[in-house]
Amino acid sequence: MSILQASHLALGYPDGGIIVEDLNFTVNAGDYLCIVGENGSGKSTLMKTLLSLQAPKAGTIVFGDGVSRREIGYLPQQTMVQRDFPASVKEIVLSGCQGRCGLRPFYNRAEKALAAENMERMGLTDLADKCYRELSGGQQQRVLLARALCAARKVLLLDEPVAGLDPHVTAEMYALIERLNKEGVTIIQISHDIAAAVRYASHILHIGSEVFFGTREEYLKSDAGQLFIAFQKAQAAESGVLA
Amino acid sequence: MIEKLVFYLQYPFVRYAMIVGVLIALCASLLGVTLVLRRFSFIGDGLSHVAFGAMAIAAVLRLTNNMLVVLPVTVLSAVLLLRTGGKAKVQGDAAIAMISVGALAFGYLLMNVFPTSGNVSGDVCSTLFGSTSILTLKKSDVWLCAGLGLLVVALFVLFYNKIFAVTFDETFAQAAGTPADKYHLLIAVIVAVIIVLAMNLVGSLLISALVIFPALSAMRLFGSFKKVTICAAVLSVVCAFVGIVVSILAETPVGATIVAVDALAFGLCCLAGRLTGGNA
Ligand SMILES: Nc1ncnc2c1ncn2[C@@H]1O[C@H](COP(=O)(O)OP(=O)(O)OP(=O)(O)O)[C@@H](O)[C@H]1O
Ligand SMILES: [Mg+2]
Repeated sequence: MSILQASHLALGYPDGGIIVEDLNFTVNAGDYLCIVGENGSGKSTLMKTLLSLQAPKAGTIVFGDGVSRREIGYLPQQTMVQRDFPASVKEIVLSGCQGRCGLRPFYNRAEKALAAENMERMGLTDLADKCYRELSGGQQQRVLLARALCAARKVLLLDEPVAGLDPHVTAEMYALIERLNKEGVTIIQISHDIAAAVRYASHILHIGSEVFFGTREEYLKSDAGQLFIAFQKAQAAESGVLA
Repeated sequence: MIEKLVFYLQYPFVRYAMIVGVLIALCASLLGVTLVLRRFSFIGDGLSHVAFGAMAIAAVLRLTNNMLVVLPVTVLSAVLLLRTGGKAKVQGDAAIAMISVGALAFGYLLMNVFPTSGNVSGDVCSTLFGSTSILTLKKSDVWLCAGLGLLVVALFVLFYNKIFAVTFDETFAQAAGTPADKYHLLIAVIVAVIIVLAMNLVGSLLISALVIFPALSAMRLFGSFKKVTICAAVLSVVCAFVGIVVSILAETPVGATIVAVDALAFGLCCLAGRLTGGNA
């Protein structure tokens, strides 16, 4: 049984038309799915629909394999409010446990331990009492990743985790995500970086005018994949000429 | 000066007024960060004008306890404003401006058309800027204020972690299964109660100052939500206490004095923040 199965899914907002339709894909435990597509093709909308922040226009999403939709960690495309919010790293990571609390007002010892463990995992222990707004972009992303891990051990949804990061920190971030995946966390990640998607992902979902879903190998053989390879060769040739 | 203070403190109603004043200031400071950063501050402002309108209606109806009208009307407006504000962002702001200015005009009109005392401008002034002396609070007001104040503090402490989660990142909280809408409603209702309470102390025009100044001051000094909240609460309590004492001794209007002390504290915090680099 798969963790998540989407059939004939159509996405859209209540007051607008349909953005994408007839999406079919399956995510199994341990997969690393990359969702690629142009700006505005509906990737973030797909995320919100998977998180049930947004109702699908048509079709179904079925969760299975002992994972409910509440056990999904989420790394959002950043919002503006966080920018000058006075909050320490520890407080933010701990707030990832909020979903488990229900109506209980305070965090219990297990939740505090979980937060500490995930800060350690993301290399944030030294920054625990630092203010979020004073961290670098890469550190901020790691904080949000640790928070997502507190919300869910098994599945992570990442909306452009490397947006705005420099190449060095981007590589670190990818390595971190890859390590989590090796540790058994299922990853569903939105990315603009098709090169990285092809390098790290086990499966690729391409949405836009052309919809594609399959393993990385299938993607490279597909039309979209061929186009990408041709593009990359052209780029390599160009930089060869320049160098 | 000390003798004068001691002389005043002999009277129980002076001590009650002190306690209530400090408690109201404490409540007002608690949600400051949320209000400043979630752009709820405009709602706070709008609500205070609505409360003014409701107060005018209560005065015209010659109710013995005007809280009975002001509290429900303000809470209801809070819920309505939150609904409209959530749906359409730009029009939400316009709607708030419309309601608040409308309520202000309507209230002033009512007070002039149906004057309850010979001194209309005095009445209007004390509703807008607070009673000239907090000592004129009636005993029933004192008990109601104390009860509501304690309720607000209790609710805030119980829902502290949820308020943090919802204000820091609403989408994430929702995705993790926290009913963000319900907590927004709770926040709006608490804000409405705070505004009605604070109206007794500083009047409807100065409420925003009581809510926002301590939070802004604390944010200059600290970088964690807990520290900022505690610092804002302490600052607000100290400023209110100092303000009330000064207003008794110097016979100045109590609301304006408290806000002046808050503003002074904000100035000091800015300076201190500059010196320490903003992370104490
Ligand atoms: N809250 C909303 N209400 C109505 N329409 C929206 C809303 N958010 C986004 N849209 C529209 O839905 C479409 C898809 O947006 P979405 O955010 O899913 O794109 P995306 O693939 O994530 O793009 P990007 O790569 O820029 O993040 C866009 O045309 C956008 O205008
Ligand atoms: Mg997006």
